[in-house]
Amino acid sequence: MGKAYELRLYVAGKTNKSVVALENLKKLCEEHLKGLYSIEVIDLLEKPQLAEGDQIFAIPTLVKKVPEPVRKIIGDLSNEEKVLVGLDIRAKIKN
Amino acid sequence: MAKSKKQLEARSTGTIPKTLTGISGLDEITLGGLPSGRPTLVCGEAGSGKTLFSIEFIVKGALDYGEPGVFMAFEEKAEELKANVASLGFDLEQLEKDKKIRLDYVHIDRSEIEETGEYDLEGLFIRLGYAIDSIGAKRVALDTIENLFAGLNNTAVLRAEIRRLFQFLKSKGVTAVITGERGGNGLTRQGLEEYVSDCVILLDHRIINQISTRRLRVVKYRGSVHGTNEYPFLIDDEGISVLPVTSLELNHEVSSKSLSSGIPALDKMLGNSGFFKGSSILVSGTAGTGKTSIAATFANAACLRGEKCLFFAFEESPKQIIRNMRSIGIDLQKHLKEGTLEFYASRPTLYGLEMHLVAIHKAIKKSRPSVVVLDPITNLITIGSVSDVKTMLVRLIDFLQAEQITVMFTALTLNNIVNEQTDEGVSSLVDAWLLIRDIESNGERNRGLYIMKSRGMKHSNQIREFVITDKGLDLVDVYLTEDGVLTGSAREARMLMEQTGEVIHAQAVSRKDRELERKRKILESKIESLRSEYESAEEELNKVYVEEALKKQIMGETISKIADLRRGDDGGEEKNVHKNK
Repeated sequence: MGKAYELRLYVAGKTNKSVVALENLKKLCEEHLKGLYSIEVIDLLEKPQLAEGDQIFAIPTLVKKVPEPVRKIIGDLSNEEKVLVGLDIRAKIKN
Repeated sequence: MAKSKKQLEARSTGTIPKTLTGISGLDEITLGGLPSGRPTLVCGEAGSGKTLFSIEFIVKGALDYGEPGVFMAFEEKAEELKANVASLGFDLEQLEKDKKIRLDYVHIDRSEIEETGEYDLEGLFIRLGYAIDSIGAKRVALDTIENLFAGLNNTAVLRAEIRRLFQFLKSKGVTAVITGERGGNGLTRQGLEEYVSDCVILLDHRIINQISTRRLRVVKYRGSVHGTNEYPFLIDDEGISVLPVTSLELNHEVSSKSLSSGIPALDKMLGNSGFFKGSSILVSGTAGTGKTSIAATFANAACLRGEKCLFFAFEESPKQIIRNMRSIGIDLQKHLKEGTLEFYASRPTLYGLEMHLVAIHKAIKKSRPSVVVLDPITNLITIGSVSDVKTMLVRLIDFLQAEQITVMFTALTLNNIVNEQTDEGVSSLVDAWLLIRDIESNGERNRGLYIMKSRGMKHSNQIREFVITDKGLDLVDVYLTEDGVLTGSAREARMLMEQTGEVIHAQAVSRKDRELERKRKILESKIESLRSEYESAEEELNKVYVEEALKKQIMGETISKIADLRRGDDGGEEKNVHKNK
């Protein structure tokens, strides 16, 4: 690894789902990407104009900008396995 | 904008406020447009024109009604969309710059998306809400929202969110068009019609006999009356045009003005005036009887009067017609140049009957002619059943009569059942029907023209021979003889024979005249000699008379002298007597 992960979490206000998602994300990053990541939380209620740029339609959405390829994970990130696969930290086992 | 809004409200009927779409024909069918401030579902199969419908709704709103609109695309990228509609003359780029419309492409790529746990579509709502607010949009189009289902797995969430989306749109007070792909058992694959309860429009693209026809139907429109039929519509370089064709009321204006057919002899047969303005004329006949020539002559006459004529050619190309008509002394090229004549040529098989009707409508609406020629309608049979063609022609005639346009159809009759039917089917609709029939005799074919009917005028019941000459068309009286009707060379021969007869007869008459003259002269000279004879006789007689008179006189004188002498009263006399002694 050794690459920096730039992660963006899009939320819309402090909803339950957003809070859960952010907690899950932080926990996961600490476990697997310690020191290699940065998280930016964007609240679309404050900056709605940013939704278009990253093609956001679902909330919450986690966008991995770097490293390529760009990936999106939507939902509260409760399934750790799926998030890891989604972030290309762990290879897909099947499917 | 307040003014335009007022206008919209004023134009809408019923209790629901409506928003004009600007799509030609649709606002007539829906009696004022789509329900204002509510979502309308437009569903149809792939390629049925959903996207075009929605973009036209947005663009027309921005251009014609001063209502900015948001177009949210789930299928096509903004650039693709711009390129696609540029052919319709919509400059989305400029409209976007002017803040009249806003395009937002929602890209959903399943390969880059992973779903874990709970989520909602608040992001989409925010995006849409932001787009609406940024330009003050009154109209929204979502094309096609069902793509969300392709990108996301959690359909339960999606359904709930879509329901919420419609509520959201209503709360925003925008008039929305949502497109949905047709499929499954319902109108749309995902059952979107369950959520949109106000207005549902179905677009259909059917292939019948390898010819495609687009149709539009208003499936439901809550709180409003609307046309319920399937309406054919056309997509061309000006977007969508729907044809509302149900208003078949028989209450159009009629005119008693008449138009010349271009053939003086034919006008004479038609009560000396020609066809009525705004009437429909059918010219039918077998192949090669000169139907097109009659039609072209009629068109030519209209152009010479300075009226506009639209010539729909379904068989020959305009150039072909112009060349062919030049051979009978009709110069259509001149009218084409002057703009009084317009050709509209298309193969009947190019599109379906309904499409032809829409296209004809459009062309007529555009150039507003006073005379229309359709040559021939028979070819339309190839793309529709007899009843279909009849229905189409009923609509067309109705439309033309309402517009006070005189129309001439030509139809080919063959000796087979299908076409005989067509003739009949159409002939009951038209006001005048000219039939040209081949008369075969003496080893040649000649054309006989009948007026089968001509409503409202005293028309001739005679058969005329129809001749095509270098100088145009003419009708000749056929020869009725003991042997029957004579046409063509038989007629010519007969005429020649009679002409010869006349000359001989004239000769004979003049000979008799001369003889008579001679006789008269002889008699006159006789009379002259008799007269001189009589004069000499008279003179003779006169001479006798004169002598007689002289004798009498002399005798009288002598007698009185003698008497004087006898009396002897005076010396003189005595002396005289004495002397006599």
